[in-house]
Amino acid sequence: MTLNAAITGVGISDIGRKTNRPAIAHLAEAARRALDSAGLTRDDIDGIATYPGKADNSPGMSPLGTGEVRNALGLRTRWHSAVPDGPSQMAPIQVAAMAVATGQARHVLCFRALTESSSQTAAQRASIPGAGRARLGGWYSYLVPANAMSASNWAGWMATRYFHEYGMTREHLGMVATGQRAFAQHNPSAVMRSPLTMEDYLGARMISSPLGLFDCDVPIDGACVIIVSAADAAKDCAQAPLTIEAMGAALGSQETWDQRADLTTMGAHDACADLWARTDMKPADVDVLALYDGFSIFVPYWLEAFGFCGHGEARDFIAEGNIGPGGRFPVNTGGGQLSGGRLHGFGLLHEACTQLWGQGGGRQVAGAKTAVCGMGGGFIAGSMLIRRD
Amino acid sequence: MRPLPELTPENTAFWTGGARGELTIAFCADCAHAIHPPQLICPKCWNEAIEFKAVPGTGTVYSFTVNHQQWAPGMAVPFALAVVDIDGAPGVRVTAEVVNTDPESVHIGQAVRATFLNIDDIWFPQWEPAI
Repeated sequence: MTLNAAITGVGISDIGRKTNRPAIAHLAEAARRALDSAGLTRDDIDGIATYPGKADNSPGMSPLGTGEVRNALGLRTRWHSAVPDGPSQMAPIQVAAMAVATGQARHVLCFRALTESSSQTAAQRASIPGAGRARLGGWYSYLVPANAMSASNWAGWMATRYFHEYGMTREHLGMVATGQRAFAQHNPSAVMRSPLTMEDYLGARMISSPLGLFDCDVPIDGACVIIVSAADAAKDCAQAPLTIEAMGAALGSQETWDQRADLTTMGAHDACADLWARTDMKPADVDVLALYDGFSIFVPYWLEAFGFCGHGEARDFIAEGNIGPGGRFPVNTGGGQLSGGRLHGFGLLHEACTQLWGQGGGRQVAGAKTAVCGMGGGFIAGSMLIRRD
Repeated sequence: MRPLPELTPENTAFWTGGARGELTIAFCADCAHAIHPPQLICPKCWNEAIEFKAVPGTGTVYSFTVNHQQWAPGMAVPFALAVVDIDGAPGVRVTAEVVNTDPESVHIGQAVRATFLNIDDIWFPQWEPAI
């Protein structure tokens, strides 16, 4: 059941670590590149969407809301949305697809901007919810005050359980990390491009067992823009529209990281089951995979959630070489967040679109026409299937 | 220093039960469903009569992680965090630090019991080996 919506342009800023460049400068650069990619001008943009909206609950997490971007770029819009509670970081893409499909807008500029690298300090690390506040509420008030401060702790206990049940080892996650680094060597915009060996991976310091330094993605400064257009408007754009074939947003468990009955699964499993119920396409039809890798362990979870292999089988699926360069189901071909930097899912979708347009350079997957994208870890997830006809 | 939870009608029993040495969980007064994190309505039957009851304070480690990274100034590392299936409240897990043991000795299936760390008006449950 194809949506009357397509991705028509993507853009990414010159991302980096400690750029000390204003978030709006990154955003404007990404927007200019996305417009050029789509063959559109600023005046064609009549919608804007972001995740999560301006938020200061974690340093550099989300320095820009839709209002500031409208102001700064001089946009006049007919529709706008910032979605903190939605299907993961993918929420703005999904709501934009629904907006254009229902005639609320023609071309929606979806953005994600982060300045985590410049903003974090020893006292206030990036991605620690509620950083700097004396008292916390909400789901993370049962984790952060208990010294389970970082998502690396939450992903760590998921990985421990998964390893225990299915015999996965650190070497398997090392194959994810080194494979993505091999892709990143061909991606000029990735922040980490030097070779990474299994010895490097295994020798790196532990962060939260069994996850070590190279199992964690890299906080960066940067911005990414994805333009979502109505199907009829997309035909006038510079590149072949990437039709949104199906998407999923299902949530089957509580909003927290420790109560899901089976922590060898996560929200992704719910969101992906819903996606496949809405299309006749199958995992075997997919050429390129963009899977959320805030932590390496999420990659096997997403592989199983999307059904590229059975539950508990990701270990062998990875070891057989399916997901790295030259594999049948290449994952995060731009290096992912592990090597490319944490653009909170947007960078992964940017890369998938780049592949479907045949612009992947030395990392191009030959003949790529269909991609899946999964964003989020733990209880949050959003899934999408896109294709170039 | 660690941030503290904001005390609310639904969570005060959980965060202060330790003053009496009790791990306190929310239950539906009608269908007896155990509710965690605590809330003021039963997610199963929508009953608004919620009881806060002490459970034995024992449980079994479902999973764990040993944290090595200092996320905040003054945080002493390494330490183990355990996700524990608790006795007397089916389906409920309480995640907390494991104390009074070598972090590297924590394992899935380990029997643990609650002890409490008092900071200000909060009594944090912590886990220690039961044997």
